[in-house]
Amino acid sequence: MIPAQFEYVRAGSVDEAVSALSEDAKVLAGGQSLIPLMRLRLAYPEVLVDVSRVEEMRGVREEGDRLVIGAATTHDEVLRDPLVRTHCPVIAEVTATVADPAVRHRGTFGGSIAHADPAGDLPALALALDATMTIAGRGGRREVPAAEFFVDYLQTAVAPEEVLVSVSLPKLSEGWGHRYEKFNRSAQAWAMVGAVAVVQRSNGTIGSARIGLVNVGSTPVRAAAVEAALAGADATPEAVAAAAEAATEGLNPTTDIHASADYRAHLAHVLTRRAVVAAAGM
Amino acid sequence: MTAVEERPAREVGSARKRREDAHLITGRTQWTDNITLPGMLHVSVLRSPVAHGRIASVDVSAARGLPGVVAALSGADLADDWGSLPTAWTVSEDLKTPPHLPLATDKVRFVGDGIAVVAATSREAAVDALEAIEFDIEPLPPVLDMTEAVADGAPLVHDDVPNNRCFTYTEHHGNYSATRERAEVIVTRRFINQRLIPSAMEPRSVVVQPTGADEYTMWTSTQVPHFVQIFMALVTGIPQQNIRVIAPDVGGGFGSKLEIYAEEAITLVLAKRLGVPIKWTETRSEACQVTIHGRDLIQHAEITATRDGTVLGLKVDLIANMGAYLQLLTPSIPLLGRYMYPGIYKFEAHDLSCTGIFTNMMSTDAYRGAGRPEATFVIERMMDELAAELGMDPLEVRRKNWINHDEFPYTTVAGLEYDSGNYEAATDRALELLGYDALRQEQAARRDRGDTVQLGIGISTYTEMCGLAPSRWLGETGYVAGGWEAATVRVLPLGKVEVVSGTSPHGQAHETTFAQIAADALGVPFEDVVVIHGDTRTAPIGLDTYGSRSLAVGGMAIVEASRKVVDKARTLAAHVLECDVSDVEFSDGKFSVRGSPDAAKTIQELAFASFTAHDLPGGESPVLTGEAIFDPEVFSYPHGTHLAVVEVDTETGEVKLAKYVAVDDVGKVINPMVVEGQVHGGVVQGVAQALFEEAVYDDDGNLVTGSFVDYLVPSPADLPSITTDRTETPATTNPLGVKGVGEAGTIASTPAAVNAVVDALRPYGVNDVRMPCSPMRVWEALNQARGGAQ
Repeated sequence: MIPAQFEYVRAGSVDEAVSALSEDAKVLAGGQSLIPLMRLRLAYPEVLVDVSRVEEMRGVREEGDRLVIGAATTHDEVLRDPLVRTHCPVIAEVTATVADPAVRHRGTFGGSIAHADPAGDLPALALALDATMTIAGRGGRREVPAAEFFVDYLQTAVAPEEVLVSVSLPKLSEGWGHRYEKFNRSAQAWAMVGAVAVVQRSNGTIGSARIGLVNVGSTPVRAAAVEAALAGADATPEAVAAAAEAATEGLNPTTDIHASADYRAHLAHVLTRRAVVAAAGM
Repeated sequence: MTAVEERPAREVGSARKRREDAHLITGRTQWTDNITLPGMLHVSVLRSPVAHGRIASVDVSAARGLPGVVAALSGADLADDWGSLPTAWTVSEDLKTPPHLPLATDKVRFVGDGIAVVAATSREAAVDALEAIEFDIEPLPPVLDMTEAVADGAPLVHDDVPNNRCFTYTEHHGNYSATRERAEVIVTRRFINQRLIPSAMEPRSVVVQPTGADEYTMWTSTQVPHFVQIFMALVTGIPQQNIRVIAPDVGGGFGSKLEIYAEEAITLVLAKRLGVPIKWTETRSEACQVTIHGRDLIQHAEITATRDGTVLGLKVDLIANMGAYLQLLTPSIPLLGRYMYPGIYKFEAHDLSCTGIFTNMMSTDAYRGAGRPEATFVIERMMDELAAELGMDPLEVRRKNWINHDEFPYTTVAGLEYDSGNYEAATDRALELLGYDALRQEQAARRDRGDTVQLGIGISTYTEMCGLAPSRWLGETGYVAGGWEAATVRVLPLGKVEVVSGTSPHGQAHETTFAQIAADALGVPFEDVVVIHGDTRTAPIGLDTYGSRSLAVGGMAIVEASRKVVDKARTLAAHVLECDVSDVEFSDGKFSVRGSPDAAKTIQELAFASFTAHDLPGGESPVLTGEAIFDPEVFSYPHGTHLAVVEVDTETGEVKLAKYVAVDDVGKVINPMVVEGQVHGGVVQGVAQALFEEAVYDDDGNLVTGSFVDYLVPSPADLPSITTDRTETPATTNPLGVKGVGEAGTIASTPAAVNAVVDALRPYGVNDVRMPCSPMRVWEALNQARGGAQ
């Protein structure tokens, strides 16, 4: 549990961070994923670029019909943020389930997304909400939609010399309900499987549903087939149950000591149904 | 019943706050890792990444030249510095005790087996240098499955141990096969009592300081400083009197620090070689990987009974995983429970067999309960299975077969004499606290309406044996030491009291409870008593803490030593008060002449008089001090009834412990708050085995659950508030009437929780769920039962 030696750079701005980054460097925000990997000597970065004090990367602000969350905003700050609570409370619901209070006071919104652990809660949320990531590199900034952001296990569109600056998410107007069904073995454990649903309900039918699945593959996954089946469906538990059958379509879940692939698929199905039923207020 | 002394119980029975907590919670602790000495070097151990293989070469030369590195040594380099680490219990004549050097020289036998060490000026430099050591291990197929291990042609963990069989053991009581003939019902089950990681809050740590010519002080996070002193002398050849061992604050152990570890020998030998203080501190990864594991048994059980629910015989066959090497008590652990398989029930016959198997895994050894939880799990699960087979209420089957309160003392089929108990009273109280009948109705209602979330109620009416142990018994069973405990009680010149105990705590409350015992015995204020322990120089005689023995054995030594002090003071009082000794009455710290209470001397006054020794009665020596060594003649037998209620989500398999009631009978209680703390912690640890924890190795012998990410120690967020209560049936075998409580909760709770899970699922055709009853295991059990029904 002793990390190898590394250099440490505290960046004062995004530009400073970018200029300090290289193939052998890693961005340090809250350190809740990176530091354990280093202590176990599973990661050997030569340079750590600390962005936790980059002003631009902290806090939540409104931009029209969207919320922009600085990548280095801590989970605790996110879930207490009035803009989040007013305009997109599902972010708070999901964030409140991240690990434990100690981790939430250090770990960051962007760090969790950039780490891209498929068992993480926030990557699936970002995917479900069609978030847009702003990434800064030496050539300037670019915006990447969530659908293109998560590339593979612990791999994202962020290149080694780049840093995730902020995440833009849509405000959800009234009429949208939400529910995160997180299934884990113990209160502080990672999700064995999770399903986050935001559902728009009107006049007894489901207008639109967005569903993100946690820990059912090497990246977070959108339950696209369920979303399609739900669009315009009756807002009844029976209709939702029927639609949720499709939750496992196209999935290729992993097997580990806590859950086999079959069991993960089964959970994805059950949790999707429960999340949608609850999000639709049934 | 023999005498339970009537004494003015000012302290005994009072819920004193633990006096050790103030320094623990304000950071003024002395954990071993907090000790820093001038010139101290840090040691790190290179560990085998291979479960089984021949060591072709270990080249430490590249590490030697690195910054900060003072020494880098392989197992071969140190082979002459030490002998084999000890095993203290020869459980059978056929026991194989293969050599176990602190660092491997020929073969590695589990992932984590040490092969080289580095000593450096910083911990970081030592860890960095490990990466420069080049080694070549030729892999051999690992032995990981106990049933495959014994097959002819299976790879051998130790080349000279055929079929990897460490020992075989059998015991017969009564005529089991005759009960089988007569039986109207026979129930058989096979249980996996899974491997656990003890997970003490404080990882292990050792510091050794050379203090003179071949003289050393060792601080080590251990339960057994006296054992460490003896065995370090034997392992390294350093004279015993030259090794002072100190167990400073020790942050938990649960048996995992009842051990002689390779790293203690490594640290001592490096201090000897290099002549400077050496420190080794375990990482959490090492704590998971190379601190002993617990349990890991395959248990075949068969119970014979008549149709009216009367039990006849019990047959138990055990296959026990030793791991790669025998640690201090490894082979004895599965057998320590051998007397407990019949539990509280009146069996006619009992057969037991046990085979110990070597595998390429970390050694198993004592873990909270050490054999008794494993036994209690089997008997309490089997009583439920028998009830289900007969269509009876599990409580009814228990009531029909347990020893009634008016039948004590009772000699069980296994040959133990239970001195006292009242299973009826504890059970009645537990049922009342739980609201058993209402919950059964709720359960029926949920079953009727096909609720997704089903309710299960689990019962465990346990007993256990505490107070390890009568020395004669230990000798007869092949143990190398005795089971007595020592205490010295002295009243200082100014009237304050020192209690020296040979047992030192690792999270219990010796400093509080032992002071309570002495305060009452001497009639002095609690605040005036200090307890000294955990240092072979200041508390030189002792056999340490394990097996719920500190109170039942160590506490009795304090009672005896205090009595000697009082007797000595009484003689002096008679002399000073000019009366006959038989006319001196002692009460509340005062010695007075019978009939004239004004003529009195306090124990403090007498202590000073004894200290000055100006006027002592003839033949009396100065100083009010008493020493006692107490060797128990028998065990003590706490018992109780634990009830667990679970909710099982039949869709996801999730199990939620909804309610838990523990009514324990631990006899007389010194400090109810400390007892309650032990019960809470114990229950959680036992429930953890039932529902959460399991050490898992992969097919290559890598520990998959090598951190708390995958090894799930439950937190308060995962558990309900536990309801505790006590009944009090004093032990008749010791003057305080106490029994011991350190392991009771763990022993009782595992079967209670699993019985509850199975009870919830019984209507679906499920009759067992393998521990831990994880959501996936429950889901699979349901699937299997549903498939079977089709």
